[in-house]
Amino acid sequence: MAVRERLSGNEAVAYAIRQIAPDVMPAFPITPSTEIPQYVANYIANGKVDTEFIHVESEHSAMSAAVGASAAGARVVTATSSCGMALMWEELYVAASDRLPVVMALVNRALSGPININADHSDSMGARDSGWIQIYAESNQEVYDNFLQAYPIAENPAVRLPVMICQDGFITSHGVENILLVEDDKVKEFVGEYCPEHYLLKEKETMAIGPYAVSNYYMETKRAQREAMKNAKGAILEAAQRFERMTGRKYGFFEEYRMEDAEYVIVIIGSAAGTCKAAVDQIRETTGKKVGLLKIRVFRPFPEEELAAALKDKKAVAVLDRSEMFSATGGPLGAEVRAALYDVKSRAEVVNYFYGLGGRDITVEDFRQIYDRLEEIAQTHIIEDMYAYIGLREK
Amino acid sequence: MMSKDINERSPWQDITEGNQIYEAATSRAFCTGEWRTCTPVYGEEKCRQCLLCVPVCPDSSIPVREGKRLDFDYDHCKGCGICAKVCPFGAIEMKEGK
Repeated sequence: MAVRERLSGNEAVAYAIRQIAPDVMPAFPITPSTEIPQYVANYIANGKVDTEFIHVESEHSAMSAAVGASAAGARVVTATSSCGMALMWEELYVAASDRLPVVMALVNRALSGPININADHSDSMGARDSGWIQIYAESNQEVYDNFLQAYPIAENPAVRLPVMICQDGFITSHGVENILLVEDDKVKEFVGEYCPEHYLLKEKETMAIGPYAVSNYYMETKRAQREAMKNAKGAILEAAQRFERMTGRKYGFFEEYRMEDAEYVIVIIGSAAGTCKAAVDQIRETTGKKVGLLKIRVFRPFPEEELAAALKDKKAVAVLDRSEMFSATGGPLGAEVRAALYDVKSRAEVVNYFYGLGGRDITVEDFRQIYDRLEEIAQTHIIEDMYAYIGLREK
Repeated sequence: MMSKDINERSPWQDITEGNQIYEAATSRAFCTGEWRTCTPVYGEEKCRQCLLCVPVCPDSSIPVREGKRLDFDYDHCKGCGICAKVCPFGAIEMKEGK
């Protein structure tokens, strides 16, 4: 029987780390992810897990140690947020190009500046081109479930890429929710032993990891990395199917909420999907209008075809970004969703809005207004607010 | 796949995962001597075998046998000239070209 508990998102991730018992955890504290290494350190001090914790002097060192430990053959975990992840920038790319299945618990927080400690997706969206698999969560349950699936995806022999398990800073990381935990022995069986074919500490094998690649090799290496990212789609679904058999909880690339007959759709990532679901229910119950939600779980690899198929016949779609990319047009999710729809020659009207930057709240009422706006756009085909900011004060 | 099977004509499908090399000391096969624009010339008659040049060579290109240095390993010497600078006896002279 599953264990019923009440945990914060950070507690849930730390609990999952204890259950998985990775070999090595190099980590440096930064709000709002600090609790994760703190709770794991407690587990280690209390003899609950034998993970080797490395106290590093910065996140640059944390990811460097993660790369080294993973190259040596260890199963590795780290946790960070925001500017901490920014300091790992160089090594993020190294972990991915060296094909090291490191797992990072990322608690999303706005990047400086201006300095801010609250939730937005500028940290992970900035790293979207680093070659890491990115999986996002709406709730504490989801971040726990995603974390349990991370190693089977990362270590899949057809993949071997690092994975970021993302959750929204404070909103889920510090918010306490009811949660169903999987029993320790089931987790152990689900995640399995890590048995890499090649690693630096392997007896009777000499090897080099991360050699210099001149221009005669660099493109071929990147192409192979891209193939691994394509293979990750299969690995993600395979892990999700096994997870469903174990727990009954179903996961895919994205969640479709009341989408079957929906005409007006919001596409969103992370915890705000919960607020959006409340708006969808309220609108459908009070007005009968056909509104729906598509919540992205997997952003890297980007489920382009599946997403386009789910959205192409809708009347109007609002793609909501929780980070700026200063193209002076849209945000990263908006750009990719619109590109996906272009390929299927969709007739859906699409707008791209920004919300929740630096932890700004988005409310059920905000979502109601977005759905009203989508209905208007579907009727008039006039879009004057293509890249609007939701909840912004303006004259 | 062994590194000798991978070369500049290998398709991307044949490149090892993350460019990993499953052999040791493959740097020997990489002739960095091709980069040389200046060449050290060993004057054996002036050399007193003090061996100061050996540890300062960044490319381990001064072989030593039975306590005595031999001529340069020109396959790997990049011609940096540190050995000529450190030699107290003027036994190493830098010449233009390969």
